[in-house]
Amino acid sequence: MNKPLKQHVIDPEICIRCYTCEMACPVEAIEHDDNNVVVDASKCNFCMDCIPVCPTGSIDNWRVVADPYSLDDQYEWMELPEQEEIEANEDEAEEDPIAALLAQAHAGAGGKAKAPATASKPAINMYNLGKPAEATVTGNFRLTEAGSDSDVRHIILDLGGLPFPVLEGQSLGIIAPGKDADGKAHLPRLYSVSSPRDGERAGYHNISLTVKREEHGLCSNYICDLKVGDKVSLTGPFGATFLMPSDPEAHLLMICTGTGSAPFRAFTMHRQREFPSLNGSLTLVFGARRPAELPYFGPLKKVPDSFMSKLFAFSRETGEKKAYVQDRLRDEADRVLTLMKDPKGYIYICGLKAMEQGVDQALSDIARSAGLDWMAIRDEMREDGRYHVETY
Amino acid sequence: MSDLINVSYDTQIPNNVGLSSDKRVLKALEKWHPGYINWWNDLIPQKFQESLVYLRTAVSVDPKGWAKFDYVKMPDYRWGVLLAPQVEDRRIPCGEHYGEPAWQEVPGEYRSMLRRLIVIQGDTEPASVEQQRFLGLTAPSLYDLRNLFQVNVEEGRHLWAMVYLLHKYFGRDGREEADDLLRRSSGSDEAPRMLGAFNEETPDWLSFFMFTYFTDRDGKMQLESLAQSGFDPLSRTCRFMLTEEAHHMFVGETGVGRTIQKTCEAMIEAGIDDPYDIDKIRALGVIDLPTIQKKLNLHYTLSLDLFGQEVSTNAANAFNSGIKGRFMESRIKDDHKLNDATYDVWDFEDGKLVRKSVPALTAINMRLRDDYTKDAAGGVGRWNKIIEKTGVKFEMALPHESFHRQIGVFAGKTFAPDGTLLSQEEFDAKSGEWLPSKADGDFIQSLMTPVTEPGQYASWIAPPKVGIDNKPGDFEYVKLHMA
Repeated sequence: MNKPLKQHVIDPEICIRCYTCEMACPVEAIEHDDNNVVVDASKCNFCMDCIPVCPTGSIDNWRVVADPYSLDDQYEWMELPEQEEIEANEDEAEEDPIAALLAQAHAGAGGKAKAPATASKPAINMYNLGKPAEATVTGNFRLTEAGSDSDVRHIILDLGGLPFPVLEGQSLGIIAPGKDADGKAHLPRLYSVSSPRDGERAGYHNISLTVKREEHGLCSNYICDLKVGDKVSLTGPFGATFLMPSDPEAHLLMICTGTGSAPFRAFTMHRQREFPSLNGSLTLVFGARRPAELPYFGPLKKVPDSFMSKLFAFSRETGEKKAYVQDRLRDEADRVLTLMKDPKGYIYICGLKAMEQGVDQALSDIARSAGLDWMAIRDEMREDGRYHVETY
Repeated sequence: MSDLINVSYDTQIPNNVGLSSDKRVLKALEKWHPGYINWWNDLIPQKFQESLVYLRTAVSVDPKGWAKFDYVKMPDYRWGVLLAPQVEDRRIPCGEHYGEPAWQEVPGEYRSMLRRLIVIQGDTEPASVEQQRFLGLTAPSLYDLRNLFQVNVEEGRHLWAMVYLLHKYFGRDGREEADDLLRRSSGSDEAPRMLGAFNEETPDWLSFFMFTYFTDRDGKMQLESLAQSGFDPLSRTCRFMLTEEAHHMFVGETGVGRTIQKTCEAMIEAGIDDPYDIDKIRALGVIDLPTIQKKLNLHYTLSLDLFGQEVSTNAANAFNSGIKGRFMESRIKDDHKLNDATYDVWDFEDGKLVRKSVPALTAINMRLRDDYTKDAAGGVGRWNKIIEKTGVKFEMALPHESFHRQIGVFAGKTFAPDGTLLSQEEFDAKSGEWLPSKADGDFIQSLMTPVTEPGQYASWIAPPKVGIDNKPGDFEYVKLHMA
């Protein structure tokens, strides 16, 4: 038997025969007669150019088949055939290294991540290794104090006129120049953007990143050493689930350590620009060793407490008791509980893998104290697009 | 950097035509811009101006970037100038210049003809927004409200597209024409819109759906033939507009389809077999199928009039000069010059309708109208499938093209929907069965109560099968501003 394959099909009951997909298809895989619009399985290369141009959504249909439906089959359809029982091995992550990386980063959520229902639709994979985007560095600022041994940088990139539509929470890939030991180009490293969708400066569509210098880190050293005017190759945008809801009534609890703050800086800025008068709908729990090593400590203090509650946890501050993000969560158990129970409550976790367990434990304890089962709540929230984990 | 695919935001007007380096046109458009914003702000009721609407905006004109969805306040929508990518070495596809390189500048001898075509097309775009201005107040759902506004902002963008061409290529005359596009107003006594069909208010949502299905489809056919123009900037403009126009076709076809669906479902549920049991059906809070057929008769025939005279020397000149092609010109297999070809058009001889061969060049309008009728018939067939699936016995049909016409060979005579010639008295006696009466309009109007709960729909219309941007059924497509 043939290996089952995924076939692109069009729903004849929803299609209005505008033929826009046919015009958009670069390989002429789509054609029509007086009855139907159909896709030639031998030509379709899954480039997805036809998906966004369809006004109806009829284009976005797929069947896993042993033998693809022929054009004649499809011309006869009055409705789409049911999906037949076929054992599909649909592990796309194996084929795509970026998707695999993201899947791994999201694994802490305990299941398949889903985007918030009201999130904007992200653009993904517009640029790849074969066709990267070129950006110019317009800023490189050290965020941590000069004396600290932690060197975290705020990098600003300008895309010129090139579109790079990136939503808060999405990542982009940076390709370090040069070749690896096998003489191949380096694979891109992923970084979350820390600027909102309309740009680091509103309307300018420039992008900022928050990058920590890692000892012997090829890409992070390359980025942290960039100078204004340098050109950088980008891929992406990537990520279609770790996104913020557009609903102004949504309450967000954002838990992070170190450079995990990048997406939350973007979330906060977007909210501030879109709904500046909102009160009490954002809570940030932010952990670092000391204030001097906490990225954006200065600017964060300027965000009014009424707009966002900020709970800091410092684990190495001299003269103070060690505190981690999970301790702050326990301090604020009531607030966390309210959010868990609110259908418009969202929890986001971003930072090092090591933080996951402690946070999960704290959330679990908080739930139990109210007679609730965290695992069940977590699964429900995740299914609802309200629980998001991205850890590295 | 301007690579002419991606939309640049370096001026107040998003564009992919390198406006920032074209100071003259930029200045002219910036001068025109405030008038446009005033026009928009005066038109759309205030509470909708301040609502967040889930709209799509283009970030580039290639397939990946042109449909980005997000909540936007309509006055902040990025109206801009977007042209489809230039095709390398494009040739004039028809007429006496067939095969010559497409014009990148206006050919002097065709200047006034081109300007007139652009102005007529441009005039219809704001007109339809004006006609539909009050519909938001009676939207049957947030989903439909969003679709209305998407259509409206894109018609606004189409006005921009035409205004750009006027400013860029037609100097002082162009600027004056562009100003006049904002001065004329649908239904105005002093300065009405140019085409008759665009001066009637769209009174209710069924009329809106019929309008987008039938009248916007005329617009689509006109754009299709202008997309074949030898004047390349016009061709590129219209090609991009067509991608947007597809959404308007969608709103019309599914709007009428969902209305029909709900009527049939209600009839089945109430055990009514006879589609003509009108009072009983109307009592269910749905629109009976015969009334929907009457609306169809009206809107189809009004739209046919927009194609002009069957035999027209203006149309012949536009084709022959390469300014306007036929529907899918590049896919037609002939000499693209039509020097000796003939085409059958309707004529009236000895009291009878006959098909008569005339030089194809003069029958360009008739041919486009025939293509239109074929395109329009497809959707009617799909509506009939909806009816058939529910088990109701009724079929919608396009009336004969002689029925209820004001322009062309049929004007001034009275025909039945099946094409039989009638005396005025015979016609008057039956016209209530064929065309919507005032009472029909009043009944439809009585159903037009707004529904603003996410996921809820008015009694007379079924929910859509698929959400916009694949959103779930109870998605809040419009976050209404509560004053």
